[in-house]
Amino acid sequence: MEVTTKSMPYEAWKDNEYIESLVKELQENGANVVVGSFDKLINWGRSNSIWPLTFATSCCGIEFVSLGAARYDMARFGWEVARSSPRQADFIMVAGTIVHRMAPVLRRLYDQLAEPKYVIACGACAVSGGPFKKSYHVVMGVDKIIPVDVYLPGCPPRPEAMIYAIMQLSRKIKVEKFFGGVNRQEKQEEFLKNHPIEGVED
Amino acid sequence: MADIQEIIAKLFPQAVFEEGDILTVEIPDAQWHDLAKTLRDNAELSFDFLKTIVGMDWVEKLGCIYYLTSTKYNTNIAVKVTTEDRVNPAITSIADLWHIAGMYEREVYDFFGIVFLNNPDMRRLFLSIDWKGYPLRKDYDASPETNPVPDDNERQSDFTNVYTRDADGKIECHEERIFAENDFVVNIGPQHPATHGVLRFRTAVDGETIKKIDVYMGYIHRGIEKICENLTYPQTLHFMDRLDYFSAHPYHHCLCMTIEEAAGIQISRRAQVIRVMMDELSRIASHCLFIGTFCMDLGATTMLFYALRVREQILDIMDKTCGARMTFNYECIGGVMQDLAPDFADDVRALLEIIPKNLKEYDKLFTGNVITKNRMEGVGVLGREEAISWGVTGPSGRASGWACDVRKTTPYSIYPELDFEEVIRHEGDSMARFQVRMGEIEQSAKILAQLVDNIPEGEYCVKVPKVLKLPVGHWFRTVEGCRGTFGVYLESDGTVNPYRLKLVTPSLPAAAVVDTLTRGGKIADLITIGGSLDYIVPDIDR
Repeated sequence: MEVTTKSMPYEAWKDNEYIESLVKELQENGANVVVGSFDKLINWGRSNSIWPLTFATSCCGIEFVSLGAARYDMARFGWEVARSSPRQADFIMVAGTIVHRMAPVLRRLYDQLAEPKYVIACGACAVSGGPFKKSYHVVMGVDKIIPVDVYLPGCPPRPEAMIYAIMQLSRKIKVEKFFGGVNRQEKQEEFLKNHPIEGVED
Repeated sequence: MADIQEIIAKLFPQAVFEEGDILTVEIPDAQWHDLAKTLRDNAELSFDFLKTIVGMDWVEKLGCIYYLTSTKYNTNIAVKVTTEDRVNPAITSIADLWHIAGMYEREVYDFFGIVFLNNPDMRRLFLSIDWKGYPLRKDYDASPETNPVPDDNERQSDFTNVYTRDADGKIECHEERIFAENDFVVNIGPQHPATHGVLRFRTAVDGETIKKIDVYMGYIHRGIEKICENLTYPQTLHFMDRLDYFSAHPYHHCLCMTIEEAAGIQISRRAQVIRVMMDELSRIASHCLFIGTFCMDLGATTMLFYALRVREQILDIMDKTCGARMTFNYECIGGVMQDLAPDFADDVRALLEIIPKNLKEYDKLFTGNVITKNRMEGVGVLGREEAISWGVTGPSGRASGWACDVRKTTPYSIYPELDFEEVIRHEGDSMARFQVRMGEIEQSAKILAQLVDNIPEGEYCVKVPKVLKLPVGHWFRTVEGCRGTFGVYLESDGTVNPYRLKLVTPSLPAAAVVDTLTRGGKIADLITIGGSLDYIVPDIDR
């Protein structure tokens, strides 16, 4: 199954292999005709209106502002509704370095996002610690504290790269089974089991 | 310089002097507070501006170097106070003399564990209260097991510590409340759209009126100063892009200048002109973004799109030459990384043509607006004396009538030859801070216009040895970043790595002053005042 977007030919994507394996995994037990069609309809809507949380810690955040402004204009894709409250957002673009003091805050923001929720690790710091690899106070990649859907390298990534990353996320959303499997939630439960917070029942 | 030395030597016979690029005085801790008071209050000295406090670990002793400037005579002095006690190091606080000193002392305490006696608020600044060890000490254990990534919410305390020395010379600690017991404390940040990054204000309010703000930093403290100690000099440069990402060029310029001076490297005229042009281009871009985000804070979202239009044009110019839109890493030791792009001059000319039109447009859209005026005029007034005592430099300081432009006070590079005015206003309110920045865009454009047709030929980078060793010594240089005085303190022990690299950023005082400016104001004004001070959070936290 080809997961395409309106504006980019299938061959132009660099990581089709990954998305195909994801589709395969999701459809292993076959899809119900009725539920499958519902899924398609819902995912069509979801993938075209993913709302980011206004979240930025450093340099990448400024490129995110540029992304919102007239030149790169993310409104073309339906992502322009940047919400300041995590309760209203679909995904966090972790734009910038996450340090020890910020880690529990980011974790809580993630917990406050309503399901289904997604994370893009934007920039070298969020992916792996980046230039601050030797720091005593930097979290070496946000995947240590929250599950990540798309990794976006760059320091900071150009707005074009950000567009690519969010389009990639929207492709991922397109193949999810909202009614059927909901594989996503299982993964998160598993993740939370492995990363417990004391005193909080997940 | 001799007469400063004479005055001090007469009053304080214990003082030891050291002649360097600036006069350095070493004083025992017992006399330090008296000396500080003399330095500030003596009419012939009047060192009213505390530039920074550099915490130091010389292994055999710990200590601080205080950099002071007189705004009246434009003279500089450094004072060194040391302690040999590594277990319970203590130095007398000067927080009662300079407002900003309290904050700088907290930073030194956080990094070196030096306790400042009589400081009314001796808490850690960037790291959590449960942090083990003091990271900038040379014997700090940096292994991730000592301080793992917390998976629990940070422990908070309503109390702060005050250390005093009792009659027998023993150091005593007692706790004091940060807020009054019945204060209603609202938390703003770190995740808040109008704090311009991850800054947190613990705000005590009475209805809508702000009683006190506790500025809580460290949500993006990345430990750049410590990382630099294990890197070679060319490797340290790229971190300058990531402090205040709008002032990437001026910050790079400052560190390069410091290292070049230490190593005795002369750079070509072409490289100097390129550097200054890049500085001014980033100043325009930075102020444009300020206008955009500041207006957005006030609800005028459209202005963001107008202001970013110019910024994008500047980023294109930089993109062509430096190869990036941000974090350029363009200036290097000995000059700049690459030569200018062939159409650089044409692009700059095109930019200069549209800037006056754009400024007129901004004024028409925003400055004269009645809501703007009501929200900004007379709000968050910072007087000149206060601005100096708080160390608020840059456009925010100049809006309070303090002529603090480093390009004028201690000119560097080719600035002495250039014809431009220092934009100064005297109102000290949010509107003045906004208008100073508008004026500075004009002045930067004026500088660019003088240079764009006179870029000299020549090499853009001189040959520098691959392995760069600096002689033993210390240097302190400042430049005018987009937000104020940026300084680099560099101490070398003769190896390929800096022994200590202290970065003095303008955003820390700007954030520290928020408490004073907002007291008694309305909570909605906190956003205007914070926005008009234009701090960059990674620049505060480093």
